Formats: sequence, C-alpha cells, structure tokens
Amino acid sequence: MDLFEYQGRDLFERHGLPVLGGGVAETPQEARAIAERLGGKVVVKAQVKVGGRGKAGGVKLADGADEAEARAGDILGMDIKGHTVHKVMLAETADIKEEYYFSYLLDRANRTFLCIASVAGGMEIETVAEEDPERVAKVAIDASKGVDEAKAREIVTAAKFPAEVADQVVDIAVKLWQAFVAEDATLVEVNPLAKVGDGRVLALDAKVTLDENAGFRHPDHEALEDKSAVDPLEQAAKAKNLNYVKLDGEVGIIGNGAGLVMSTLDVVAYAGEKHGGVKPANFLDIGGGASAQVMANGLEIVLGDPAVKSVFVNVFGGITACDAVANGIIQALALLTERGETVTKPLVVRLDGNNAEEGRAILDGANNPLVQRVDTMDGAAERAAELAAAGK
Amino acid sequence: MAIWLTKDSKVIVQGITGGEGSKHTKRMLAAGTQVVGGVNPRKAGTRVDFDGTELPVFATVAEAIKETGADVSVIFVPPAFTKAAVIEAIDAEIPLAVVITEGVPVQDSASFWAYNVAKGEKTRIIGPNCPGIASPGASNAGIIPADITPQGRIGLVSKSGTLTYQLMYELREFGFSTAVGIGGDPIIGTTHIDALKAFQEDPDTDAIVMIGEIGGDAEERAAEFIKANVTKPVVGYIAGFTAPPGKTMGHAGAIISGSAGTADAKKAALEAAGVKVGKTPSETARLMREVMS
Repeated sequence: MDLFEYQGRDLFERHGLPVLGGGVAETPQEARAIAERLGGKVVVKAQVKVGGRGKAGGVKLADGADEAEARAGDILGMDIKGHTVHKVMLAETADIKEEYYFSYLLDRANRTFLCIASVAGGMEIETVAEEDPERVAKVAIDASKGVDEAKAREIVTAAKFPAEVADQVVDIAVKLWQAFVAEDATLVEVNPLAKVGDGRVLALDAKVTLDENAGFRHPDHEALEDKSAVDPLEQAAKAKNLNYVKLDGEVGIIGNGAGLVMSTLDVVAYAGEKHGGVKPANFLDIGGGASAQVMANGLEIVLGDPAVKSVFVNVFGGITACDAVANGIIQALALLTERGETVTKPLVVRLDGNNAEEGRAILDGANNPLVQRVDTMDGAAERAAELAAAGK
Repeated sequence: MAIWLTKDSKVIVQGITGGEGSKHTKRMLAAGTQVVGGVNPRKAGTRVDFDGTELPVFATVAEAIKETGADVSVIFVPPAFTKAAVIEAIDAEIPLAVVITEGVPVQDSASFWAYNVAKGEKTRIIGPNCPGIASPGASNAGIIPADITPQGRIGLVSKSGTLTYQLMYELREFGFSTAVGIGGDPIIGTTHIDALKAFQEDPDTDAIVMIGEIGGDAEERAAEFIKANVTKPVVGYIAGFTAPPGKTMGHAGAIISGSAGTADAKKAALEAAGVKVGKTPSETARLMREVMS
C-alpha cells in the first residue's frame, strides 16, 4: 500500500525523523486554519499518488492564511494525470541550500534490502542513475543486521555526503531504517532530503510503501488506506475477502490461482483481438478451495460490473475437484436469483483437471441456458470474447 | 531419479495438526510420500491418525530429525509464525524446507533468508507462498495434486501453482521428473536459476518448462543463466502480458513497476537465450511436444 506524502510525513515524525511542520486539509477553510497555525509562508501541495504534480500545477507557495486558502481552493478538485485531488498538505517553507536523495527498498534479485543514496537529489533518481551513475550509491543491507551507526557511516561515505552534514545524515539513516522495519515498509524514500539555511538536514518529502501482508501486526495501517481512490467494485470484493482487480474491458474473469487468472486475462485479450477488441473486465482469483459461497460472491461482484457483457469461469481442478466447482456455479446462480438478482449475462465455463468429467456432466445436467461449457481454455476464451462482442 | 525430492525422502510437516497441515498430510501419504511425523510443541508426544497411518508429533524439528531421520520439512503454519518455523528448520539443518504459507510479510522472508545465508545455506528453502515440489510416482512435498501426471522426463519450475498444474496436465502424455513451484512472493528461497541448474545436472530430465510472470527480473536473470549454462531444451511461458502497470495481480510479487517487470521484456530476454516462449499455456505445451517428439 502506497501512502500519501502527508501520511509518510506523519510516520517519519512519529519515528523521530526531522520534518517540517505541516498538516492536511480537505477544504480551503481547513487549509486556512493550518496556515494560521504554521504562520508565515507555507507551501500547498496536492496529495496524489502519482509523480509530476509540481509541473501539473499541484504545488504552490502562499504568503499567509488568505493566500493559503485561495491556493488550496485552486488545487483541491484538480485532475493530475487522472487522479482527482481530494486533499492538500500544507507545510512550512524551507530555505533549501542542497538537495540529496535517500531511500531503503526491497532488492528482489539479492533477496535482501538496498539503500540508495545520492547527493544529487530533488529529481528522479532513475534520471540521476542514468546520467550520472557515479553519484548514486547503492549499498546492500543485511536483513539480519540492519542499519546501525557503522552501517550508516558506510552509506554516507559511499554516497559522498559533505562532511558538515555527515553526522545528521547518519542519524537520519539509522532512524529511517528503524521506521522501515517497525512499520513493515517495502519502500521509504526521501527526495529531497535537504540541507536548509540554518544547516539542518530535513526530510522534505516522504514516499512510503507498506507491506499489506504484515497488516496482522499493524492494526493501525488499515486507517491509512485511501478509500476514495479504490474502485467501488474492488472495495466490495475486498469486504468479501476476494482477490479482485478492476480492469477496463467487457469479459468478466473468474479463475483459481493468480498465475492461471493472469494467463486467462492474456488469452481473453488475444481472443478479443478477433472480436471487436473486447478485453478482460477484471482479475478475480477465487483461490484453491472455491466453495459455492465463494463462487457466488465472485459471480455477484463480476456480474455487478455494468461493463461486463459475458463471464469466463476458468478453473483447473487441482486440490478442488471440478464437480464441486460445477455445483458451486449452479448453486451460485440459484443463490443470486434468491438474493433477487436477475442474471442475464452468459457464462462460459471451462473445467479441467481433477474430476473434470463429473463437473462437466453436472453443468450439462443443470441445463441452465446462461451456462455454456467449453472444454479448452483457448476455445472458452474465444467463445466468451465472441459473446461479449455480441452484447456490446 | 528427480531433483531434491525422491522416493527415499523422509518428510515431516510443521503445523501437522492444523487444518491445512492435516489435510495435505493425508494427501501426501496417499501419493506415496514417506511422511514420518510432524511438529507442534503443544502436542508433542502424541500420535495422530491420518486415514490409518499413525504419525508421531514432536516438539521441535531437531527432535523430529533425530527420531525419524527426516530430511524434508513442509511448513503449513500461519503467516505470523512462519519466520520462527523456518528459522527452527534452518537451525536443525534440515536439507529441504518447503514453505507453503501464503501472506508472509516480506521482511520476515528477507530475515529468514539472511539467517540461512549466515548459517551457510545448509537448508534449501522453497517458497514461501508456493505449492511445493512433486516428483511424480516418487514423492510429494506440498499441495501439488499427485495424480495429474505420471513420472517422466520433463522438469518444470514455476512461480504459479495452477499454471504448474495446467502445464503438467497438458503434457501428461510425457510425464515429469520433478515439478517445483517456487512461489510468487517478492523474496523467495529457491529461484528459477537454482531449479534450472539442478534440472541441467539431473540425468533423468531431458527438457525443462519454465513458467514466469510479471514483476521483478528473475526471468531475465534466468535467461542469462540459460544462455551460459543450460544445454537441455527449455520452453518458457510468462503470464501477465495484458496486466496493467502498478496493480498487484494476486501474487504479492506480480506487479509491473513503471516499465520494469513486463511480460514482453521477459519473453524477449528468454527468446534471446534460445528459449521458445509460448503465448498461451496450450501453445507452450505444443512447443514442448515438438521438443519431446
């Protein structure tokens, strides 16, 4: 889960990192109150989880509360690369002398963590790495040892931080690592980490990604989730514990296992090329042991998407037997009818693997006009795409 | 023969008395696996019946090894306890630990991996968030259905469980030496490269299926390894060609970040290494059929 800048700032502050005073506002009036509290000049920043907000006009300086209110009014509601601005962060201004870059992140290839640090901050680190690679230090972190003062000094030396800020950066490096571990982050990025007029080094931006798998030890993390940005169907699916991602096509997809469902999206997209360009409408993995209840919940979400014109249920019976899945589909349709839903969209079902013959016989026996059985993945994808194109 | 898991492997189950642990212990036994016991400190000293096979429960992995000679542990404990369970297996120096558990925090995986490295990598870790390893007709450590395919001469390594089953099913006419599901998490123990190396060295494997998916660069690194080290034919498949960037597709590691981790980049890297890559599972199976005939 990616955090907003203001949430990252608050998290940094809780872990003792030097940040500027700030607050978050959802209305111009709230922005005024924060500006009054902070006093003097403030910067008003759009809170969006996408880069390039400055260029898009989402970051403005304001001198005093009146201006802060006006600038917040300008920025709130703006569209930045498809993201509507619902919140602005107000922060004290800083007299920036030098801009650095500092981050900890996951290093998948080496199965550990990595520190990336540079004295060339304030711009995209990828750009610096390309144009000026010797100014970017990459230091591997041993996950069992972490970052103590000695390791922090190694990083500061490797990145060639100026001597006059070295001690401060060492302290920040240690505290940032502690925050990274304590919060189960997979990324903490400070860009810029800045030296200001009075010589202090401050974290002026905060990009934080938290590990959702670690939610069980962070009950407070749930409150950080941005409910406004989540698609309503994704939200409903999450409430039912379904692994669902909304996409922008017409063929609803239900399958078992993340890899098979990803593969199903591909096969449907290829088939769609021959049928009016229809595409998958969603990713939905109902997992290994799909009961009738889970199938009903999944079908309810997928059929509830007005963009869906046909549904492809693609199951390879591994642990789950196909007869159980077939019964699940028939019961799910009955359950939906009981719930008062009128199901009119066609379902193409492909069952293979464990007890596939029995499962297919159950589907045939049920004789539901909406359910079509196709026994190969490619053939079923083709049929689902064809039906979706016809329903457009 | 097969890689890492043979008919002589003696398997214990950490979390044997839990719902998943006991269900799959039965399935492993039914597949002919030599399951010799389990671990649960709270039920140590008891015996548990699995459809007629009584298995002893031990307090620790070390004790289970001492009493049974076990050399494989399959771990089914919940995510909050997985790190401790894996570290216990590493401390006991069990040669193979298969971590089935899904939803393990990535810092825990990084931490037990670092611990394993510090201890000299005496334990091969497969997973977490994986279906395990199966050598058809010989032994089964995990949740891969045992009856999809008979023993044969194809080796398979995959990030995905159900795609493993799908390809095993499509190629059941040939059979498999070993299928390894390495899992879809960002940090995993055994990698594609480890499995490719083992299959290359295995005299009973003639050809290799490698299944990858979006996210990270494991497939690209595997491609480099294949180019330099693998002489047996490799057929590849990558899932997620049409996945949008920035969205996690089911597996925690299956995410395209910016332009990195795309299926197209992985396919190109594999093809540059001489690997035939299928566009769909059925095309992948067809490519392998050409290799085997």
